Amino acid sequence: MELFKSTNYDFLGKKWPFIIASLVLSVAGIGSIIVRGGLNYGIDFKGGAQVTVRFASTPQLDKIRAVMQKSPKIHGGVSVQNFTGGTQPNTVLIETEIQEEQQLNINRQAMEDVLRNTFGQPDNPRLDLNNTPTDTLAKRLGDALARNGVPMDETKLQSLAKGILDYRDKEASGLVASFRQLASVPGMNSGIMNALQQECYLGSYHVGEVQMVGPKVGAQLRSQAVLATLYALAGMLAYIAFRFEWIYGLGAVIACFHDTIITVGLFSIFNQEISMTVIAALLTLVGYSMNDTIVIFDRIRENLKLSRREPLENVMNKAVNQTLSRTVMTSGLTFLTVIALFAFGGPVLRGFSFALVCGIIVGTYSSVFVASPIVLFWHNYVDKPKRPFGSGGGSGVRKDLPRTGGGAKPVKGEGSKVVK
Amino acid sequence: MKKNLNTRTIVIVATILICVIGIIGVPKSMADLKKNFRDNIRLGLDLRGGSHLVLLVKVHEAVAGDANQTMDHVKDDLKKAGITWTDMSVNEVTRVEDAGEVALTVKGIPATQSSAFRSLLSDHYPTYAVTVLTSSDYSLKLKPTELIALEKETVQRTIDTISNRIDALGLAEKTVTAYGRSGADFQILVQLPGVDDPAHVKELIGTAAKLEICAVKDGPFGSESEALAKHSGVLPLSTRLVKAKPRSDAPGDRWYLVDRHAVVSGNELRNARAGQGEMRKFLTTFSLSPAAGQRFARYTEANIGNNLAVVLDNQIVSVAVIQSRIEDSGEITGLSSEEEAVDLSRYLRSGSLPAGVEYLEERSIGPSLGADSISEGMRAGIAGLVAVVVVMLLYYRRSGVNAVLALVLNTVILLAAVSYFHAVLTLPGIAGVILTIGMAVDSNVLIFERIREELRAGKSVVAAVDTGFNKAWWTIVDTHVTTIVSCAFLFLFGEGPVKGFAVTLTIGLAANVFTAVFVSRTIFDYELSGRRQLETLSI
Repeated sequence: MELFKSTNYDFLGKKWPFIIASLVLSVAGIGSIIVRGGLNYGIDFKGGAQVTVRFASTPQLDKIRAVMQKSPKIHGGVSVQNFTGGTQPNTVLIETEIQEEQQLNINRQAMEDVLRNTFGQPDNPRLDLNNTPTDTLAKRLGDALARNGVPMDETKLQSLAKGILDYRDKEASGLVASFRQLASVPGMNSGIMNALQQECYLGSYHVGEVQMVGPKVGAQLRSQAVLATLYALAGMLAYIAFRFEWIYGLGAVIACFHDTIITVGLFSIFNQEISMTVIAALLTLVGYSMNDTIVIFDRIRENLKLSRREPLENVMNKAVNQTLSRTVMTSGLTFLTVIALFAFGGPVLRGFSFALVCGIIVGTYSSVFVASPIVLFWHNYVDKPKRPFGSGGGSGVRKDLPRTGGGAKPVKGEGSKVVK
Repeated sequence: MKKNLNTRTIVIVATILICVIGIIGVPKSMADLKKNFRDNIRLGLDLRGGSHLVLLVKVHEAVAGDANQTMDHVKDDLKKAGITWTDMSVNEVTRVEDAGEVALTVKGIPATQSSAFRSLLSDHYPTYAVTVLTSSDYSLKLKPTELIALEKETVQRTIDTISNRIDALGLAEKTVTAYGRSGADFQILVQLPGVDDPAHVKELIGTAAKLEICAVKDGPFGSESEALAKHSGVLPLSTRLVKAKPRSDAPGDRWYLVDRHAVVSGNELRNARAGQGEMRKFLTTFSLSPAAGQRFARYTEANIGNNLAVVLDNQIVSVAVIQSRIEDSGEITGLSSEEEAVDLSRYLRSGSLPAGVEYLEERSIGPSLGADSISEGMRAGIAGLVAVVVVMLLYYRRSGVNAVLALVLNTVILLAAVSYFHAVLTLPGIAGVILTIGMAVDSNVLIFERIREELRAGKSVVAAVDTGFNKAWWTIVDTHVTTIVSCAFLFLFGEGPVKGFAVTLTIGLAANVFTAVFVSRTIFDYELSGRRQLETLSI
């Protein structure tokens, strides 16, 4: 099966609509960022304290917010939202704003305390099975079993406790609704079940994840992400400049910037969160776009060696057409994988795959309609004075391209160019 | 190249074997296989669940401590040398960045004794630089190189102490390392996979700066005012009031009057263990360094029946009666529970932290979320890969098989490298794997399209394959080197997640050059080797 045998589209001739579209998208993205007052930073960059809580029944956001704000230990604003980033329903994300590290620590502890006082049973002497760590469960169980006259040795106890909590976390997603569910835990028997029911109760909420990022670390992560990316881009520019010409390096890097700006702008427009994983996705995107651009540049360089007298725009067009099959295949396949991730990869990967979905589309077309035109414009500008009959630049629309795929036919009326 | 087809095949098979062993070892059963896989491919915290903490070491406290100690010694020296002075103080510094501002100010040295003073300082305190403020006042600050050395040593000792304290948890895996820019950030990273109780860990690490065993002069009192009342409003010389840590079985506050100077300080403790004494009561045994042991023996002999307090960062964790002369090993009895005995032994054993710590970042990722993200991500990833394989086979027919084999081998090499280098796979690392697969597909597509082009131009099958590979080679080199160059920068300047991404990507790309060119070429050559005059190629 072959989709593109010998194509001859005038890509670079039609560059203006795409350049305009790029500008419009970039402006829209930047505008959205300005209007929304910045990007939707995740906790990595924003800082603050965050607790993810899963409730047994539908949580009342207002009640949670009110009770958190009332607590004297919590300083700063509190935000409570439904957590759409998990597979389980009734999950809530409680966040407090960034503060100095010490206060942030207090906030974080206070959030758990408030939860326990409001939704838990703080006066119940029994252990909350849905919120207990392994060691505590093992100890309570061990004591109870010993009291009941069926003591268990330490290693068996530890692995039993771990088994119960593994079931709670993996099968029941953190919330065990009834003791009967635990019957399938390996090593369970009626004696242990009795002891469990004696010692524990089943709380109505489960704290899944706790995160606290202080201002120092937040600033570090931000600057790190930006600096590392800038240096990486500079490195790539240097290598490409060395292998081709410096303008090719510049063109490629500007194309990458363009891709990143548009993707980040789309994130802003759709109000998606930017976390460290998204930064990794953006780096992936840059790598991918660079890859695409270099393939086309490479072909251009090869063609230039063969046809020294043909205008640059023709050569570029030919190169793009020759690599069209490869571009469609690679982009298509990569796009397929990323769409699979976006659709089925679950909420944790959603931001990441969204960045890649946008990035692949933008990255592919930027190689043809951003990177190459930049090189073209520059050469037309620089080579103008050298031409004997200055026909005012070669960026006019070519209506008379050679019809066949191979061979270079000099087109009448155009100045010939000597390109490195 | 046909002659060394056998050599090449052997190289490829050997590589596959090495990689597979690296990933799953030599399993004897299915369960064994799963276990080896999990052990060799280590997952980062964001995938496995666990605790991640970043602490700031308050090095300025260590610098201030050094200055205070120096002040005491200078006072003694001046007294011995007969030099008078009016005032000596160390300024207070609250921020880590200001550690260099800690200065010991000496006022009122008579002009006549100034040269004696100066020579005494340069003889006994070579680490300090002296600045003359006025004819009688001087300021001493640590020399810059000494300051840097002290800060570095403080961070390292904190790392060691914390590491010891966490060791007590009996974890199979833990990370306690310096973090951030060395010499500027003074941060420590603690990563404990699978630990679901970070509160206990934080308690163990503590923020304690000082562990001391001090003599108890009086107590317990119910409140500070009660203690002051007993001593007519003025505390006796060289004592201080310290509050005891609240205990669940003894409600209410307890304050004790203790000696300001310690009998034994934290770094003289050698070992400590929890145990059970007569009548199954819990106790903690401890041992001291020989020098401290001698001092302690003299003290305890003279103070039988008196109380000693174990003071941790201005809080009393335990009060015990001296029952007999203790030389270098003793027991602390009267503890209320096994947990108390165990915790006390841990504190004693790990000595004291040279400076306080502050928590900058804390993440505890419950295994519930971690497990979700892995299983979903894997399902989606596999679905995507299957789609890719199907399309490749459809579009390139039999040659598609080459590409698929190369892709599979690429992934296997990547996983094996992760296992052999003990790298840790995180979510950004998986992003790197995805990019690798994308570029791997790209390399294969590049080569195949080129081969098709040459076939269209009329070349023979063998020549077309040859030219296809040769022409595509430089493009592959350019794309891969560019990305590896950027990875080098990301690795150097990034931290944590960005680093993980760079590492997996670099390994993947290197593996890709091997599989897409060497392996794929070998498979083609193998296909073409039997028949000299192949008319068509299934591509």
